[in-house]
Amino acid sequence: MKLTNILRIALIALRRNKVRSALTALGVIIGVASVIAMIALSSGARGAIDAQIQATGTNVVYVSAGSFGRTGAVRQGIGSVQTLTLEDAQALQEQVSTIAHLTPVVRGRGQAITGNENWATSIEGGNEDYVLVRNWPITSGSNLSARDVLTADKVCLLGGIVAQNLFPGEDPVGQIIRIKNLPFRVVGVLAPKGQGPTGQDQDDIIVAPYTTLQKKLLGVTYLTQIVVSATSPETVEPTAVEMTRVLRQRHKIQNSEDDDFTVRTVEEMAQTRVQLAQTMTGLLMSVASVSLLVGGIGIMNIMLVSVTERTKEIGLRMAVGARTRDILGQFLAEAVTLSAFGGVVGIALGVGVSRGLTGVLGWPTQVTPSSVAMAFAFSAAVGVFFGYYPARKAASLDPIDALHYE
Amino acid sequence: MPRDVVVRVEELRKSYVVGDVTVHALRGVDLSIDKGSFLSVVGTSGSGKSTFMNILGLLDQPTSGRYWLSGEDVSGFDRDRRAILRNRTIGFVFQNFNLLPRTSALENVELPLLYNGKSLTAAERGARARGLLELVGLGARLDHTPTQLSGGQQQRVAVARALVGEPELILADEPTGNLDSRTSIEIMEVLQRLNHEKGITVILITHDTDIAQYAERIVSFRDGRMVSDTLVESRREAAREILELPPPEAEA
Repeated sequence: MKLTNILRIALIALRRNKVRSALTALGVIIGVASVIAMIALSSGARGAIDAQIQATGTNVVYVSAGSFGRTGAVRQGIGSVQTLTLEDAQALQEQVSTIAHLTPVVRGRGQAITGNENWATSIEGGNEDYVLVRNWPITSGSNLSARDVLTADKVCLLGGIVAQNLFPGEDPVGQIIRIKNLPFRVVGVLAPKGQGPTGQDQDDIIVAPYTTLQKKLLGVTYLTQIVVSATSPETVEPTAVEMTRVLRQRHKIQNSEDDDFTVRTVEEMAQTRVQLAQTMTGLLMSVASVSLLVGGIGIMNIMLVSVTERTKEIGLRMAVGARTRDILGQFLAEAVTLSAFGGVVGIALGVGVSRGLTGVLGWPTQVTPSSVAMAFAFSAAVGVFFGYYPARKAASLDPIDALHYE
Repeated sequence: MPRDVVVRVEELRKSYVVGDVTVHALRGVDLSIDKGSFLSVVGTSGSGKSTFMNILGLLDQPTSGRYWLSGEDVSGFDRDRRAILRNRTIGFVFQNFNLLPRTSALENVELPLLYNGKSLTAAERGARARGLLELVGLGARLDHTPTQLSGGQQQRVAVARALVGEPELILADEPTGNLDSRTSIEIMEVLQRLNHEKGITVILITHDTDIAQYAERIVSFRDGRMVSDTLVESRREAAREILELPPPEAEA
């Protein structure tokens, strides 16, 4: 029998029981819709993280003091040791050719105070290249100058959040803020950047010359981090490798020993969040898949009922010449039509739900063509899988018994 | 002039196992039916005539014995080959009509054409089905569903369906069993006309000896054996009987 005839018969049969067909398809609709929505959420989350990586600067490589490895019997946390020095930074600048910009970083926290406002924030010390490394435009005022860094001048740049909180509705440039009783002159305001690769808000920050932090604020000589930007996204990995080599050499680390520093790229820092997002999506996807499975069982159930109800019809079709595969094809086509219809409606519903999640809850979602194609193929496969047993049952009926079935 | 043989069976046996008991439905039947003849098979229920009809109709297989249909030995045909052969050479008319519910007369008649492997277009199928419905006098009711038709009309749709594949043989299993005497005569008229005009072999299975008289030859079954095989001396002519009937009170 021709495929068009098979499909026509399937459609006629399904139209006879409109409500039943619709309810049966509903199982698949819900399953497919949730799969689509989950994939959209996952793609959206991934896209948001990618966007944050972009904002942070894709080429950025961080070197932090300390590592997750062991030093002797004691495990040292990142930042808990004082092994990174300015000399390390200078060596990297000289020896690693793929470094575009480099800044030493010293990090502290403090209460920033103006005449009538105060705000607890993190204070990062860097050099004049800090904003270049972080790819961070200045919206008003100017950057730290090389001279400021050299002379450990008490000047600073404000992140968007700090600027808003300390100087609501005012231009902070030229104003004085006090940190630990030291007056700092605001020379510039940084453009808003949003969340960083690890999810913290990057705009809640004050940037000052690292020399000022070392000598006047914290009284230390070591560096918290060295942050560099590679010349291009392709050179990020080689840069990280080369930096590791140079630092191991400088720190006289034997082959068998672990690093006393940690080199991480932005991508790596975002890894944990990507993994978390993937785990969540995987979890939700499995719930969605279960509903698709239940939808499939619903189809099987209804198809079995349908085969029993239409035993006489099957007998008649056999008597007038329907072969095993004709009957098999007819019932399989019905099951697949049901599930594929459920798939199409489910895709539409899933897209709607995704839009709703973005519109109402503000969650980033992204419906990809591949997820739509996959959901459709999967729903059709559900029809074949769960329709086969009832169809087989119909096709193997004895024509005489079927004809005389009451 | 010798006529072609359309059906020949030799030593046809069929037994079923029901629980611990073996039922011998057919205990050795020999019969040959000429092409273009009109045969009645009579017998009480349990005589084996239904089993015989199922085997002739290729719905069932004999336990032993041979069956030639149009000269071809079909005894060993598998399920699908029998289905193809049923489609091409046999038309069935059942006691309870067996029309597809909620389906128009036209589509019911077209049904066998969906399975004949000749991939006719919808227009060709429709044209053939329409022609046959006109032949059985239902040209004005093509779109009626079975519930909108009387019993006699439904059976005429079934006859048209049996004819649509241009079969050599029509197997009518108690075709008048659910009909009143007037519509019974009308159905027999259609069958006799097809037999006369188109030369289609008709095998009528019935327990009603009056109805059996429309055939030219009657074989009777008892306990799985053929017990008599006689030619009908004064054959009933449905066309003439209709003319003699009082006019119907209300035409359905």
